[in-house]
Amino acid sequence: MKLGTLAKYALLVVASIIVAFPLLVALSYSFMSESEIATFPPPVFPAQPSLDNYSQVFATIPIVRYLLNSFVVSTAVVVGQLITASLAAYAFSFLVFRGRQVLFFLFLSTLMIPWEATIIPNYMTIRTIGWLDTYQGLAVPFMATAFGTFLLRQAFLQIPRELWDAARIDGASTFRFLISTVIPLSRPALGTIAIYGFLSTYNQYFWPLLITNQPLMRTTQVGIAQLRFEETLRWGLVMAGVIMVAIPTLALLVVGQRQLIRGLTAGAVKG
Amino acid sequence: MKGWTSRDLRGLVVGLAYLAPSLLLFAAFVFIPLAQTIYLSFFNTRATGVITTFAGLDHYVELLTSEIFHTGLLATAIFALYTVPIGIALGLVLAVLLNQRLRAINVFRTMMSSTIAISAAVGALIWLLLFNPSLGLLDYMLSLIGIQGPAWLIQPTTAIIAVSITTIWLTLGTNIIVLLSGLQSVPEEIYEAARLDGARGLRMFTRITVPMVSPSLFFLFVVDTVAVLQAFTQIHVMTRGGPVDATRVLVYSIYQDAFQNFQFGFASAQAVILLLLVMGLTLIQFRFVERRVHYQ
Repeated sequence: MKLGTLAKYALLVVASIIVAFPLLVALSYSFMSESEIATFPPPVFPAQPSLDNYSQVFATIPIVRYLLNSFVVSTAVVVGQLITASLAAYAFSFLVFRGRQVLFFLFLSTLMIPWEATIIPNYMTIRTIGWLDTYQGLAVPFMATAFGTFLLRQAFLQIPRELWDAARIDGASTFRFLISTVIPLSRPALGTIAIYGFLSTYNQYFWPLLITNQPLMRTTQVGIAQLRFEETLRWGLVMAGVIMVAIPTLALLVVGQRQLIRGLTAGAVKG
Repeated sequence: MKGWTSRDLRGLVVGLAYLAPSLLLFAAFVFIPLAQTIYLSFFNTRATGVITTFAGLDHYVELLTSEIFHTGLLATAIFALYTVPIGIALGLVLAVLLNQRLRAINVFRTMMSSTIAISAAVGALIWLLLFNPSLGLLDYMLSLIGIQGPAWLIQPTTAIIAVSITTIWLTLGTNIIVLLSGLQSVPEEIYEAARLDGARGLRMFTRITVPMVSPSLFFLFVVDTVAVLQAFTQIHVMTRGGPVDATRVLVYSIYQDAFQNFQFGFASAQAVILLLLVMGLTLIQFRFVERRVHYQ
């Protein structure tokens, strides 16, 4: 190996360690006892790695329930987004009708409206209809996605018009063509939306903090953050909780990296 | 409707049927709440949220004169200033480092962009540990290179820096991915030509690389600034807006005034300010996209 190449690798390794350092610390501390964490100088690796903190997480907070809540809500949002975005993107790509342009701009405009700017009336709505501390309160407001609709519309526009013409001649209905041809051909874009929707819902904090009060309805993010506000702050315990909550998203990153990158760069590359 | 044939109408009805699920959700959770926010900003409410009296522009006048709101806006601006340029610069340096044809480069790409999957709550909890004064991990490491670390989250001036560092780390993954894809779309011939003209190292970086990825840089500038304007989680977990309101940024101020002080009208006026800021930034982005597409 040439010296230049070796130097490049060295630089990459150092940079990677620095970027991943906080995660590595969290992992390391999750295996340490409280007394070890309190020693000086601060330890880097656990002297006697133990899983005590992890079992303590189960004993301190209903972490399994939090994970279940987050999975139910995130999955519901993903399913909802896939359905609403598919239908809308289909109208914006294959159907031709007057007023389409105006409606498209209406969709576009939702991208400019930050969720936090509408959070007060949204909270009041959810409270009024009795959806506080419910899965539907956590999921339904996020089941439509302008971003996903645009992404999917781009994918739909790649589908050859000849298929559409052929389906028409065969007498297939408009809806049938969507189900039997358009959706199966757009799996990559649907995958991007699914991963995106899951990740962003799973990682939500403000909304679930606001509309859940019952401990059993909390999501993972709000649930582990509560550990910080316990009377005695046990850092090993907090870090074990952090790792348990981060593992699903990190696993999703490894599995769905391609889709995720496609989604992220859609905005940048397009302009 | 003038000039509409029955075929036009039928087409519209079919189109609307497909758009209905999205439109209904947008109406219920975006458009109507938006109108309600603007409406609420002109009224006083009870702690339950019930409207009591018309306030006119009172809340906006209060915003103009309120010291605490000015402190909050200033904190938001400082937060953005600390976070966005450094985050993008760091992302660019790392993206250039990752844009090499080396074996196993994908392992490094995944590692360095891993923060994209990390939630703000998780990131904030980890950095809380790193900044912790009695455990002193970060301060200890700084002392090794001869720097006396500050009491990060206890002093107002350093608390905003601590939150900014956390935010830079959280957005680093996105910045790297976007800039890396920007770098990869630069044709190799351009670098070749520059190399033939004698461009190397830093010169190549400032004269060729930076201009070529300027669309990605601009995109990130808008997206990251909007994200900073919306930041809530790291503040709530790390500082709760303190010490002495040093990290009481715009969204945190909305949260406190609405859901702790129950001044929904006043909080709504702040939400309108947030809306205007984000809309302004996004419109600039849209205009820019249009122009680029036009010239291409």
